[in-house]
Amino acid sequence: MTQPVTFWLNDQPIETDAPDGLLVLDYLRRQRLLTGTKEGCKEGDCGACSILLGDLNDGRVVYTPVTSCLVPVGELHGRHLVSIEGLNLPSGLNPVQQAMVDRCGSQCGFCTPGFIVSMCWYMLGSPDHKPTLQGFQRAFSGNLCRCTGYASINRASLDLVDRFSEGGDLHHVWTADDRVAALCDAGLLPTYFTSIADHLATIAPLDEEPMDRLEEADFFVAGGTDLYVQKGEHLPRTTVKILNRHPEMKGIDRLDDDGIFRVGALTTFEEFGHHPDIQAIIPRIQDYLFLIASLPLRIRATLSGNIINASPIGDMTALLLAMDSTLVFDNGDRRRPVPMKRFFKGYKIFDKEPDELMTEIHFPIPEPGTKIHFEKVSKRKCLDIATVNSAASLRADEQGVLRHVSLTLGGVAAIPLYLKETSEFLLGQPLTTDVVLDALRIAQGEISPISDVRGSADYKRLLAHQLLCAHFTEHFSHRVSPEALLAS
Amino acid sequence: MASDKTKHYDAELHTRGLSHYVDDVAPPAGMLHAAVFGSPVANGTLRGIDISEALKAPGVVRILTADDIPGENQIGAVLPDEPLFASDEVHFQGHPIALVIAETYEDARHALTLIKTDIDEKPAVVDPRVAHQNGDILGTPRTFALGDVDSAFADCDLILEGRADVAGQEHLYLETQRARAVPTEGDRLRVFSSTQSPYAVQKAAARVLGLPNHKVEVDVIRLGGGFGGKEDQATCWACMAALATHLLRRPVQLVLHRLDDLKMTGKRHPYTADYKIGLTRDGKILAYSVRHYQNAGAKTDLSLAVLERTLFHSTNSYFIPNVRAYAASCRTNLPPNTAFRGFGGPQGMFAIESAIAHAADELGLSREEIQRKNLLQEGEFFPYGQRAEHARAVPTWDKADELYDLDAWRARVDAFNAENTAHKKGLAAMPVCFGISFTATFLNQASALLHVYTDGSVSLSTGGVEMGQGINSKLIGIAARALSVSESRIKVETTNTTRVANMSPSAASATTDLNGSATVLAAEELLDRFRTLIARELSAQDPENITFENERVYYRGKPTDWTWEKVVSQAYLSRISLTSQAFFATPNIWFDKSREEGRPFAYHVYGTAFLEVTLDVLRGIYEIDTVRLVHDLGRPINRLVDLGQVEGGLAQGLGWMTLEELAFGDDGRLLSHALSTYKAPDGDFLPDDIEVHFLEDENPVGPYGSKAVGEPPLMYGIGVYFAIRDAMQATAGDAPLPFDAPLTPEKVLLQLHHRRVARIWEAPREAAAAGE
Ligand SMILES: Cc1cc2nc3c(=O)[nH]c(=O)nc-3n(C[C@H](O)[C@H](O)[C@H](O)COP(=O)(O)OP(=O)(O)OC[C@H]3O[C@@H](n4cnc5c(N)ncnc54)[C@H](O)[C@@H]3O)c2cc1C
Ligand code: FES
Ligand code: FES
Repeated sequence: MTQPVTFWLNDQPIETDAPDGLLVLDYLRRQRLLTGTKEGCKEGDCGACSILLGDLNDGRVVYTPVTSCLVPVGELHGRHLVSIEGLNLPSGLNPVQQAMVDRCGSQCGFCTPGFIVSMCWYMLGSPDHKPTLQGFQRAFSGNLCRCTGYASINRASLDLVDRFSEGGDLHHVWTADDRVAALCDAGLLPTYFTSIADHLATIAPLDEEPMDRLEEADFFVAGGTDLYVQKGEHLPRTTVKILNRHPEMKGIDRLDDDGIFRVGALTTFEEFGHHPDIQAIIPRIQDYLFLIASLPLRIRATLSGNIINASPIGDMTALLLAMDSTLVFDNGDRRRPVPMKRFFKGYKIFDKEPDELMTEIHFPIPEPGTKIHFEKVSKRKCLDIATVNSAASLRADEQGVLRHVSLTLGGVAAIPLYLKETSEFLLGQPLTTDVVLDALRIAQGEISPISDVRGSADYKRLLAHQLLCAHFTEHFSHRVSPEALLAS
Repeated sequence: MASDKTKHYDAELHTRGLSHYVDDVAPPAGMLHAAVFGSPVANGTLRGIDISEALKAPGVVRILTADDIPGENQIGAVLPDEPLFASDEVHFQGHPIALVIAETYEDARHALTLIKTDIDEKPAVVDPRVAHQNGDILGTPRTFALGDVDSAFADCDLILEGRADVAGQEHLYLETQRARAVPTEGDRLRVFSSTQSPYAVQKAAARVLGLPNHKVEVDVIRLGGGFGGKEDQATCWACMAALATHLLRRPVQLVLHRLDDLKMTGKRHPYTADYKIGLTRDGKILAYSVRHYQNAGAKTDLSLAVLERTLFHSTNSYFIPNVRAYAASCRTNLPPNTAFRGFGGPQGMFAIESAIAHAADELGLSREEIQRKNLLQEGEFFPYGQRAEHARAVPTWDKADELYDLDAWRARVDAFNAENTAHKKGLAAMPVCFGISFTATFLNQASALLHVYTDGSVSLSTGGVEMGQGINSKLIGIAARALSVSESRIKVETTNTTRVANMSPSAASATTDLNGSATVLAAEELLDRFRTLIARELSAQDPENITFENERVYYRGKPTDWTWEKVVSQAYLSRISLTSQAFFATPNIWFDKSREEGRPFAYHVYGTAFLEVTLDVLRGIYEIDTVRLVHDLGRPINRLVDLGQVEGGLAQGLGWMTLEELAFGDDGRLLSHALSTYKAPDGDFLPDDIEVHFLEDENPVGPYGSKAVGEPPLMYGIGVYFAIRDAMQATAGDAPLPFDAPLTPEKVLLQLHHRRVARIWEAPREAAAAGE
């Protein structure tokens, strides 16, 4: 007998026997007739379906914004699901709504609930010490609006920044120890929010299924951001296993004794980028993440999903490949490490048995001085798939001789490509413009891009050249001449 | 009582998620769901369709094809070339063939996968030049002429010829096409549609069902965006829902999946043009001839009207004494292209702006110098015989120059470019002149129905459809001002064919002009009745000296004790009608197609934008830094709404010129088939630094001196193409720079480094040779 999924929907307790694989968006609109949440694309690309999910953490509820069109109902157990309706006050408007009305941040209104949810998340849940326009913009970076051109939404955001900043009438709310409670006290959020933590605490966890029974399901869902895009209409008719019910598959540990990082396979992009030990080795990781999907997607998308998706343009894949990762698979009986450089065999063909789960990802702790860099060009900078991406892990000694080289390129072959010959060529070479130019030539021999909707083969070749250049101009401009490379 | 603090009235509902779109209304009991089966290929003969497996699928109630249509299988509004369901030939990928009706949306979608067709695929035509050559032309080509082009070229110092290509654009209304039909008594029905044109839906549904118009009621609450994409193209989905309801006598809802909406619906027309421009050495344009080939897609739709507007705007804001503009609507195997904000105008403008850029390159002048020199002046003629009245091309340009100092700006850009190699800046100016009125003169009519209830609240119905453009907020402002009551008393009703008959679509930027003017007339009629009543009560002989202000009646300038509520209740008790209806037809417009001459527009809207971009030379990507513009607004009725229209239109124009790349295969299949591959601007792409300055000035022909605002701002976006091009010209290379929009990062990088592309291929070729 399966246990019903139990959660809070706005101010209501829910026990549902809806299939685990049903999408939260469909559940809200069809089963609960909560139609404020809109469907604009059902592929994570528009944000009209944005909702908040609250998780109990140390007695408090921590909220994250996600796109309900890619989240299965089976993920809701023990959580607080907040739809736009749940952010409405009994009468009047909350501060985000008020600012958006004052500035006319809404025209046709179809995108608006999604924007309100994202902006409310920033108001009630963002970790920023000070509210900023950029903070609001990042919060709604997954929301598309076709009517306003965003200028009015920016103005609404600035109004909110003013109100919540020092000198503003709501500054005390922003700085309060418990912002959600302070918002409720000030009458700016419905008061039911204050009792949600107690309610969630009473929901018993689901009995965990042993890992070795996982193969009984049709699909394993991690973040679902790829699976639901590919098979969204099919999944509600199948059985799914929700991998996120296995928290042991998350987390990041730096194991200095072993000289490696051990990263749980279900670690999300955001968790990865926010971890201080990761930031220490990849100082610009936050900038790179900004180029990848959108905040609500990065909150869901997992590293294992990105790798097993096996798309030649997986962004985290390119990075982890350059970092010489090893993937650890487990089928309940047997643990099997696979070096990532040998994992991809052909287009969407890879070294994994159907009954295996990826449980961990390991990579060596980079030696001091190693530069890890990521480049990506897509048609649109944010929330777009790369035409070509590239990652590099490079270290030069004091004489400028390359002592560690690992270069990858995505979008130029059937698999995420480790540039073996190019990397090997560069190892031990002095870093000069000529050496880099030779390496760039070798790289062209390693790639075999094809023309598709993201770009012609010519373009991809050219991009591969340019992005490889960029690793060197970004980190070694004192040794190689950007002008000379540009003019080459 | 026009308050300065204006509002978008719907926003309060929108921000709370309480607004109702078609499928947000609680479903009526027994409602079924429909899904459309479209042709998998872009051109072919339909030999047969096998629905037997699909019929057995769970939840399927019925599958309809052309054979099930009781009336006419035809919904073409302009030319009858658009069957509701294809029955013998398919002409574009997604061409509807059958409709599955099932208990749930998922059941209907699932059954689609089980339908099989037998189609003899034929080669598809996607290039309008090829269609033109084949003589596959819709309607007849048109030519507008002014002066004598051929002899004028003889006087030019410089004559240039070239080609300008501009791609289409997906509307990307966030709410996909949808409709719900509900049976009412007997064989009547009510259709809730997300349409800009309720009357078109009513007419077409009645035609398909074989019913008189009055049996089909169409009701529109609001649209989640339209932009022209729901002017003609909402009709077919509404007709399908109506057909299913008619046959099954059950409510039926049809909501297009995003992927189907992208695939099956038409878009902005791609154009390709050949231009020839002749100038004096100092940049005065003496002659311009252009041939526009419009890619109409597979059906006529609104293409001929769009084509006409391309001609009307083929010289944009410039006066060119000798012009010949030819345009042909070419039939291809793309989905039928349709209205999209600007309606052919932007494509006409792109060609002339390209020609000017070409001339600037050759003459060694800046683009803006040539642009400024040729701006249209008061009293000069458009190439369709209309004289420019209240011309604002020069005033908006000069105001922008005064505010933003173009020369100094140019100097800043040059200085930046002199110091930087990895990044380059580019600057462009974009003047816009856009004619207001439906160019089909008969459409310039509207009516308004005003009810006042005895509590003083007011209900207003017009033919205006709210799609985010703020028509309801503007009508509230107009009605409140006309009646001198508080805006809170006014409610705008749904747009409904039983309250307003034979309405024109909400399009051509003219919705407020037309419906607002009708509203003013309806209010005046009501106030006239009140004046008679009050004069009688006050024993006044001069009712004309009774005025209304702020919900109070004044007599000879002095307040009386008559309030709005008192007037209303006295009128009711005195058995005076509290309902009025009025009709408005735009005066003084006409067009004679036989001579291609007339006065098609009530007036023009002008403006000038300056745009700056920064180019990343290494990566070929760019950022839009700044847009500054001066827009000719008239006296705004709702400044907040108008500002939103300007900024939103600009955003769409910027997207059209840059990221939004509609990709079709040679077989006519849409390659940019999802939002993951069709990229519209997001908040990050659009600049934070946009400044809009309104040139406010009484417009003698708009309601309360206002001007239409919906479409013109889109065309400021064209400037970004030339700003990026300007930045590319600041690089060291010799980029070829053809005129081919959108200017995607791919085109930029390939052009900037075109010499490298060939070199780069040497390495793999050598490697391959070595391996042999
Ligand atoms: C709007 C949008 C934008 C996107 N943008 C980007 C982008 O910019 N860059 C990019 O790289 N990708 C992008 N993606 C693709 C996608 O988000 C990523 O590939 C993501 O990492 C997939 O992770 P997931 O956890 O959601 O995987 P899921 O969809 O849950 O799973 C993907 C596949 O991996 C399998 N799987 C996952 N984890 C395990 C495991 N531990 N063991 C065994 N099997 C497993 C699943 O069974 C499934 O077959 C985008 C997707 C969307 C929808
Ligand atoms: S519906 Fe577009 S992101 Fe979910
Ligand atoms: S208001 Fe229409 S999409 Fe944003």
